[in-house]
Amino acid sequence: MSHDATQQHDHDHDHDHDHGHDHEHEGSALSEMDLRVRALESLLIEKGYVDPQALDVLIETYEHKVGPRNGARVVAKAWSDPGFRQWLLDDATAAIASLGFTGRQGEHMVALENTPGVHNMVVCTLCSCYPWPVLGLPPVWYKSAPYRSRAVIDPRGVLAEFGVALPDDTEIRVWDSTAEVRYLVLPMRPANTDTLNEAELADLVTRDSMIGTGLALAPGEVKPASGGRP
Amino acid sequence: MNGAQDMGGMQSFGPVAPETDERYFHADWERRALALTIAMGSTGKWNIDMSRAARESLPPAQYLSSSYYEIWFAGLCKLLIDTGLATRDEIDSGVSQRAGVPVPRVLAAGQVNPMLFRGSPASRDEPHPARFAVGDAVRALTLNPPTHTRLPRYCRGKRGRIVAVRGAHVFPDSNALGRGEDPQWLYTVRFDAAELWGKDTTASSVCADCWEPYLEADGTA
Repeated sequence: MSHDATQQHDHDHDHDHDHGHDHEHEGSALSEMDLRVRALESLLIEKGYVDPQALDVLIETYEHKVGPRNGARVVAKAWSDPGFRQWLLDDATAAIASLGFTGRQGEHMVALENTPGVHNMVVCTLCSCYPWPVLGLPPVWYKSAPYRSRAVIDPRGVLAEFGVALPDDTEIRVWDSTAEVRYLVLPMRPANTDTLNEAELADLVTRDSMIGTGLALAPGEVKPASGGRP
Repeated sequence: MNGAQDMGGMQSFGPVAPETDERYFHADWERRALALTIAMGSTGKWNIDMSRAARESLPPAQYLSSSYYEIWFAGLCKLLIDTGLATRDEIDSGVSQRAGVPVPRVLAAGQVNPMLFRGSPASRDEPHPARFAVGDAVRALTLNPPTHTRLPRYCRGKRGRIVAVRGAHVFPDSNALGRGEDPQWLYTVRFDAAELWGKDTTASSVCADCWEPYLEADGTA
């Protein structure tokens, strides 16, 4: 499969080979983008603008230390603790910070609660705004033209592509992240989970259910851990 | 700017295609491009609104045929050139032809996580009382600035209702131009999907965060 970063890129493969943004297979010759970014990095280090060790820490943090398990903890706590749920709906930034999740791209958090009658879906049509402290970096599809263009006009069509079909009378509210407010969907708690503890509940909370392109899993749907992938 | 970044409501990009083998980065250069973008953003030579404006200024054909990190890379190169931190020749060659110019800050490794976990809030002191309150009927203005704005085209001229008052936030339209933060009240506005799209929609409503200068009172409500 393609390792490219956007779907639309796949269509370019047969006539766009000289731009170097294709065929990123490990062990192959460096692509043009590899060379250009390496050149830029060495230039910026030589000029004294960046500390190469800081770059390594940035990558380590976002690749391995921040991700949607943080958001899953928030959701599981909201399902388990009515006081925390209310705090989350009233002041999501503070409630989420109480679990230790703060910072860049999560300075102004708002939680959107799904109910039997209302389903919320989050998009950033203008770029890729996304609540990093609770969900990590966004997936490629979230940043892609197909999602950004269609979420606001045809959310049911988008949901169908994620395998989600909602009742016809469910109100679908789409939230376009046009400012520095970042939205976290609080999905509905699945049925037959009364006996589960918070950690077990967190395993039911998928990344997509917190964007609004998915639903929380039923207890029987939980898959084995996926090795730290988003 | 009516650029290619303003995609809401466009059609024919094809289906959303989640990856089965999902990963944050699809090549090592994407990791480095992300880190360079954040590290250079920390120097204080530009702000996040200038970064977004730089990416949006790519010609639409280039924007739409670039991957997301390619757009970030192109935006970073533009900012470096525009601020005089590097020349195009230097960027292409990777070889410095003159000493670096002083920058306000260089992000040290030990400062990275404190900076990331502290964040940088966009909220500011309120410049004046809020003009609108929750429940007010508003209309988004018809604006077409050739410079950065965060009012999507699909909202312009449309009627909606204030559903939340978010406080005063840095105004991107000013901040992106280096004309100061000019804090303005920020509201979440709910637009009925039929107001935006007529019958050709499966949404019930779309909410967008709109600064006060984007809005006027809707006398027709």
